[in-house]
Amino acid sequence: MSLPLLLLLWQALAMAFPHRLFPAPSAVAVELWLLAADGPLLSDLGKTLLRATTAFLIAMALGTALGIVLGRTRWLDRLFSGWLLVGLNLPAIVVAIVLYIWLGLTELALIAAVVINKVPLVITTIREGVRSFSADYDELATALRLAPLRRLRLITLPQLMPFILAAARTGLSLIWKIVLVFEVLGSDGGVGYRVSIQFQFFDITGILAYTTAFILVVLAVEYGLLRPLERKVLQWRPAPA
Amino acid sequence: MAPGPGLTISIAEKRFPGAGQPLFADFRLDIAPGSVTALFGPSGIGKSTLLRLIAGIDRDFTGGIAIEGIPAHQSPPSGIVFQDPRLLPWLTARDNVRAAAPTMSAQTADAALAQVGLADYPTAWPYQISGGMQRRVALARAFATNPRLLLLDEPFISLDQALVDDLHQLLADRVATTRPTVIFASHSAEDVARLATRVITLAGRPATIAQDLAFPLPPAHRDSATMAAYASQLATGTPHAALD
Repeated sequence: MSLPLLLLLWQALAMAFPHRLFPAPSAVAVELWLLAADGPLLSDLGKTLLRATTAFLIAMALGTALGIVLGRTRWLDRLFSGWLLVGLNLPAIVVAIVLYIWLGLTELALIAAVVINKVPLVITTIREGVRSFSADYDELATALRLAPLRRLRLITLPQLMPFILAAARTGLSLIWKIVLVFEVLGSDGGVGYRVSIQFQFFDITGILAYTTAFILVVLAVEYGLLRPLERKVLQWRPAPA
Repeated sequence: MAPGPGLTISIAEKRFPGAGQPLFADFRLDIAPGSVTALFGPSGIGKSTLLRLIAGIDRDFTGGIAIEGIPAHQSPPSGIVFQDPRLLPWLTARDNVRAAAPTMSAQTADAALAQVGLADYPTAWPYQISGGMQRRVALARAFATNPRLLLLDEPFISLDQALVDDLHQLLADRVATTRPTVIFASHSAEDVARLATRVITLAGRPATIAQDLAFPLPPAHRDSATMAAYASQLATGTPHAALD
């Protein structure tokens, strides 16, 4: 409901103030169609999605593992909490530039930069989750003599799941944003790269068409993937009143 | 079916960090195979701690606890019921029972639930069932973990009387059919008179055995007069006239 309202408002404003640099959504939709049918939109979108997905998966796996370790081991946590603070506050663009200089304008550098930006966030969230674990369940696991893998599956992961989902959600929104910035900075394709070219031509309709396509993907991920997953994984919790 | 295992408990010292007196010092207790032993005494005396030591949860003590000659933490897990039901909230009743045994099929778990009167609830989430039902799931899980050795920590606390009677009956039947070794902590004379074949009364710190009574009549055959006599014997220490 809220999104059609936004479109309506946009359309109304565009009709009230017609200008070359303020296209109506209908014009953007047409441009979107043309770019998708004949232009590079789909291949650009594919490139960006592949980068975002790869970086997301690596960052989640790495961050979750490290978060569990730091949450469980006090001295490691003390040793590395400073690093974590630095990592959390390191400007994303600096990481990207440094990696581009070291590794060249490569796919590897781009993905590594995204991962480095995202991992500290995942670690902190997961670490908090691990610290909130109940000793009672550990006791039960010991009493049942659960094997390590079963213990992970039955005791650890379910307690961690709300935190993993929270990390996934905040992490995904961060990744969408920085992947584009890094693509502007140095890559041979992708949504960010194309938008920066369109910027040079002041092609606002094209920019908005790309943005719209991108937002459609984000919405699809949220409603088609994240929400159903959340419902499925957290169905054991009583529905909020 | 062979009766449950016998236990040899010999605790040189168990103390909690920061506590002045040890909870147990030179504490010895042998548990006969297939007996139902009540650990009786006020809160804080060490009943739960003793059960945790037997279950192998707490290994921070000197001395040894052997179950059929094997150190407690290496022996097969005991079926334990904690003071709270302690179900895993993210598993259904059925999967909570199955958590105890990796190879258990859904059918076996459902049968175990049916035995505790929960045939209709295999797919219920813990939050959907009452506290008493959760406790029964915990009991089914304990049976599934180890039908031969049960450790019950105040299993009847804060339940209404009808449910307590149900659970008493359930355990008495279980004892009659499969002859498990049962050790349960309780501070209720009624529970003890109903179920125990032996009562260890703990007192003092470090805890010592203040009284060691045998209640020989099998729990499944006790009438209210017998139970009243046992309860009175527990209170006074001398056999009641009705038992002669």
